[in-house]
Amino acid sequence: MSELNEKKPSRLEPFPVPRRSFLSLAALGSFFSAIGIALAGAFRLPGPAVLPGPVRRYKIGHPEEFAVGSETRFEEANFMVFRDAQGVFAISAVCTHLGCSVARSPSGFACPCHGSRFAANGDVARGPAPRALPWLEVGRAADGQLVVYAENEVPKGTRFKA
Amino acid sequence: MATTVQPVPPNATREFLQNLVRLPRTLKDAWFRLGRPPESEREESQATFHNLFLHIHSVRIHRRSLAPGLTLGLGIISTASFVILCVTGVLLMVYYKPSTALAYDSIKDLHYVVFTGRFIRNIHRWSAHVMVAAVFLHMARVFYTGSYKKPREFNWLVGLGLLVMTLALSFTGYLLPYDQLAYWATTIGANIANSPRELTDALGITQWFNPGGFQKRLLLGANFVGEDSLIRFYILHVFVLPAALITLLGVHFWRIRKDGGLARPEDPMGGPAEWSGKITKVFEPLATKTYGLMAVVRGRRATVNRGPENTVMSWPHLFWAELAVFMLTTAFALILAYYFDAPLKELANPAVPENPAKAPWYFLGLQELVSYSAFMGGLAIPAIAWIGLALIPFLDQKSGGEGVWFGTAGERFVALKSWFIGLVAVVGMLTVTVNYGWMRNWFPSINQLWIILINPGSILVLLYMAWSLWVLRRQNSVRHAAVALFTCFLVGFTVLTYFATVHRGPNWLFYWWPSQWPVH
Repeated sequence: MSELNEKKPSRLEPFPVPRRSFLSLAALGSFFSAIGIALAGAFRLPGPAVLPGPVRRYKIGHPEEFAVGSETRFEEANFMVFRDAQGVFAISAVCTHLGCSVARSPSGFACPCHGSRFAANGDVARGPAPRALPWLEVGRAADGQLVVYAENEVPKGTRFKA
Repeated sequence: MATTVQPVPPNATREFLQNLVRLPRTLKDAWFRLGRPPESEREESQATFHNLFLHIHSVRIHRRSLAPGLTLGLGIISTASFVILCVTGVLLMVYYKPSTALAYDSIKDLHYVVFTGRFIRNIHRWSAHVMVAAVFLHMARVFYTGSYKKPREFNWLVGLGLLVMTLALSFTGYLLPYDQLAYWATTIGANIANSPRELTDALGITQWFNPGGFQKRLLLGANFVGEDSLIRFYILHVFVLPAALITLLGVHFWRIRKDGGLARPEDPMGGPAEWSGKITKVFEPLATKTYGLMAVVRGRRATVNRGPENTVMSWPHLFWAELAVFMLTTAFALILAYYFDAPLKELANPAVPENPAKAPWYFLGLQELVSYSAFMGGLAIPAIAWIGLALIPFLDQKSGGEGVWFGTAGERFVALKSWFIGLVAVVGMLTVTVNYGWMRNWFPSINQLWIILINPGSILVLLYMAWSLWVLRRQNSVRHAAVALFTCFLVGFTVLTYFATVHRGPNWLFYWWPSQWPVH
């Protein structure tokens, strides 16, 4: 054995690795990579392929049901619909901080969980919320009713001319 | 035909009958191998190491480890409450149904219909509180007695793993009743998991790299708390986390044994030793006595030819002590469970948040930090604190003072000063925040990055770190710096928890007392 170790590396045999060591290293390597890939595959399972839940698209009624200057809260869907002289718009009522439902307050919206306050147009006024309340896309269905696409955010100030 | 001497055939019937008559005694002998309480040290050793459940203890134990003032029994209290939780948890599983339509009703059934159901649920609830409190206090005990030092660094890490398991078990258990409190506390918790989004949004990279969203969906199985989340939390709570905790607990106990029992100062050399003023002579060397390997534990000095002075037999001394602590813990949980019912609010309602929506008390300190910045308070600061704790034994490697409360010179004074400074800093921070708000109130359009980086929580952490560094320079001792930082964090955590529990009301506004909350 010592003879083998003391042999000088040559061009043909630069680093003499005993065949057994090489084979056991290869075996160990294949064992761990197989286990690793199997585990990665197994742990892919809890990552949901399809997110459950309803399609968040809500028919909210005909335009004439929303008087100019009115505001309507949709509790189940968690947004508020407003109508002013320029048109109809919807603002999400889910706090951008940690997902509590915000309530209407005199100056805008107030979150009960960690004290975030929002202005009437959804902008953050104080508290820990990192972003403004999103404005949601409003459209019209074939039967003439207004539809709120609660998953589509639109730029602040976008109104639907009803 | 040759005649051969036939052996008298054994009377099998008779033997069978005899054995049948002796059955009670032989059965008893099989269970209780000695058949009577052990009388000699040799028999006491055997009683310990011939039993699977006892043999994780060493046969002899140092007298110091039994002193109640050293450990306060906190490790055993944690373990005892975990055992109670397992037993009561299995009982609750008999009736509990992990589905959003049935979960709440099954808890109500447990509360109002099932015989002793309410009591068992109360015990489960209170033992959970006891366990969390005991685990925190146990950590503080190990820290202040310097018991994390070499060779116990690894066990300190295992203990930190157990702390995480304990908190995770508690968090997952919180959702299961599916009442208002459960629903909203879990929504908040899941959105804290989502809060790296605050950072990625501010940097504008969310659409390519969204670890927050990944964590939230992995936890909830959806974008909101519902059926999928409940079943996930149930699996984690009743199988994954307990199994992981039991495994880690086994490692934790095993390491105690392998690291030579509980940390303690070295005994003086030679002869029956003296400590705490009493001459103790517990080991009588006998010419005929031999010690097997089971009496040998790791120490810095060989005990060959020296006899293990100052040790006593684990049977019965240690086992009595453990049994007593176990019993007291059980009694405490039973008394609490008898007088105080576990809360159950109305059925979860995704449309209307509980106001205020408060997490259990041990998360309320974090919830206060979260009300400054979700990412910083909910993830970054806890992660920094945890990593800091994990590094303690690797940064403080100087031995000395192990197994003694505030064991190095001047340590008690440093702890006292740090307690005061930590208190002033956290109260000052809260005063400023309650009275003046924070940057968003002054500059509503400020970039979120500023708030993530500079908020009352991060400033408090920086103040504590600065104080600790100052102690490091001034006292010239890593241990003292660690004591300063640990004490500050302990005080900060306690004050924040108290503050959020008592002084935060609806809309997370400040109130002096809950009785001043507006009626709604």
